Amino acid sequence: MRRRLRIFAIGGFLSYRALFGWLNPYLFVIILLVPSVTQILFFAYLGRAAGVEDDTFYVVGNAVVAAAVPGLFGMADTITDERYTHTLSLLVVSPASRLALFLGRAAPVAVNGAVVAAFAFTVGSLILDVTVPASAFLPLVVTVLVTAFSCTGLGIVNASLGLRWRESALLSNLLLYFLLLAAGVNVPLDLLPGWLSTIAQGLPVTHGVEAARGLVAGDSLADVAPLLGAELLVGLAYATVGLFLVRLFEVEARRGATLELA
Amino acid sequence: MRVVRAMVAGWAIHFKQESRNPFFLWIVICTPLIYATMAYFLFRGGTEGPTLVAAAIGTGVMGIWSLTTTAAAAALQQRRRMGILELLVAAPLPFWAVLAPITIAISALGVYSLAASLLYTRLLFGVSVGIEDWVAFVVAVPVSIASIGMLGFMFAAAFIRFRGAWAVGNLFEFPVWTICGLLIPIAVLPAWVEPISWVFAPTWGMNALRDAALGSGSPWGAIAMCVALSVVYGALGALLLRIFLRSARNRGTLALT
Repeated sequence: MRRRLRIFAIGGFLSYRALFGWLNPYLFVIILLVPSVTQILFFAYLGRAAGVEDDTFYVVGNAVVAAAVPGLFGMADTITDERYTHTLSLLVVSPASRLALFLGRAAPVAVNGAVVAAFAFTVGSLILDVTVPASAFLPLVVTVLVTAFSCTGLGIVNASLGLRWRESALLSNLLLYFLLLAAGVNVPLDLLPGWLSTIAQGLPVTHGVEAARGLVAGDSLADVAPLLGAELLVGLAYATVGLFLVRLFEVEARRGATLELA
Repeated sequence: MRVVRAMVAGWAIHFKQESRNPFFLWIVICTPLIYATMAYFLFRGGTEGPTLVAAAIGTGVMGIWSLTTTAAAAALQQRRRMGILELLVAAPLPFWAVLAPITIAISALGVYSLAASLLYTRLLFGVSVGIEDWVAFVVAVPVSIASIGMLGFMFAAAFIRFRGAWAVGNLFEFPVWTICGLLIPIAVLPAWVEPISWVFAPTWGMNALRDAALGSGSPWGAIAMCVALSVVYGALGALLLRIFLRSARNRGTLALT
């Protein structure tokens, strides 16, 4: 148990730091923090041009989806970077618990997602003069954490596909684009075709964004609890499927000796 | 003449090479598709906004910029990682004549972006894409792409010292999408933004393509601005390259990240 905890905590921490160009923090700012704010501004002005929703809609939507970026890209990079540095085989051949290994890598990424979302929310609100009731702060923190976890669940699925497919960065981008389009982040769900808004119910972010918008509009944490429950459930489902796929693809890759070739 | 021949050959080989990069291809095709879809739903659901044809062209230019700002900015880093940067710098050809065709070839992949965006809007959403002035449009496409590629060249030269050049270039993705009138009318933005947008080639490329397609004005002024900006970007990029390369050679750091 102690060994598993060690892999979870120390392995996860080192893997997380390695994501940023080997311990250089300036990439954190230019990859995650600044784009999260410029993205909010782009969609807020797009919304003004289209006359669909107000700035609050876009600030909340894009701040919450900012939690998805570290989850999707960070988790996928934990696999592709291992392959790039030729350490993936060593990792796979080790007797370490896969659960501890991947959850250890997922935890800092999820917290990171929540921090980026909080930063985007704060700066976006200040720039666009969006008012958030003080009573909503703590519930919003909970909402962002739950959404970050749920996005990391999808990130684990994404990472598992990295064992089979070399272009995992491409898949990360596609997933992010799809969330921007279909999860009610920038286009209200009632403007989407019925089949697309139905798919959105099974995506991370959809329920989290709705809960965050409710909180900003004055709802209490109890009011949005069902939405947060749904978001948590979606995240758990993706994380479970992702961990299963990691195991499956690992066994297949060892059997076919394709681990370094994917 | 030797320089021109090398640049044309360099452009052709890099265009073919980058056309086989699945990541680049998916980015230039998927970016406009996603944003064209978003624009379609938003502008149909809203009460105002540019026409969907302008939005289709805008999302095409967004795809061009998206690839240029990331891939072109990192072009030097990629050569360094491949271990051929020293060879390219040591070649008798001026280094700007080696690098510029690479960045223009990358932005030229954007022609897929423009085509995908217009086709998608026509086929899936049934929006008729009529081109008012075909001559101007045919001229505007390569001129716009070349000017955006030259901006990428200047970025590549300016970010040569950054190990994460692709990420620094990526910083400009949303800001340029926002201020250059690609999808958002400039009238919606604060007044102080407009003069800033004038120094970015996508602004003039978009104006040229939109005016040629919709007949909303003469596109030739915007085309001339694209040409003028290309020359300015080229001169500034060449100057920056000269300074940074001399510094790197003096210190022996050319191959270091």
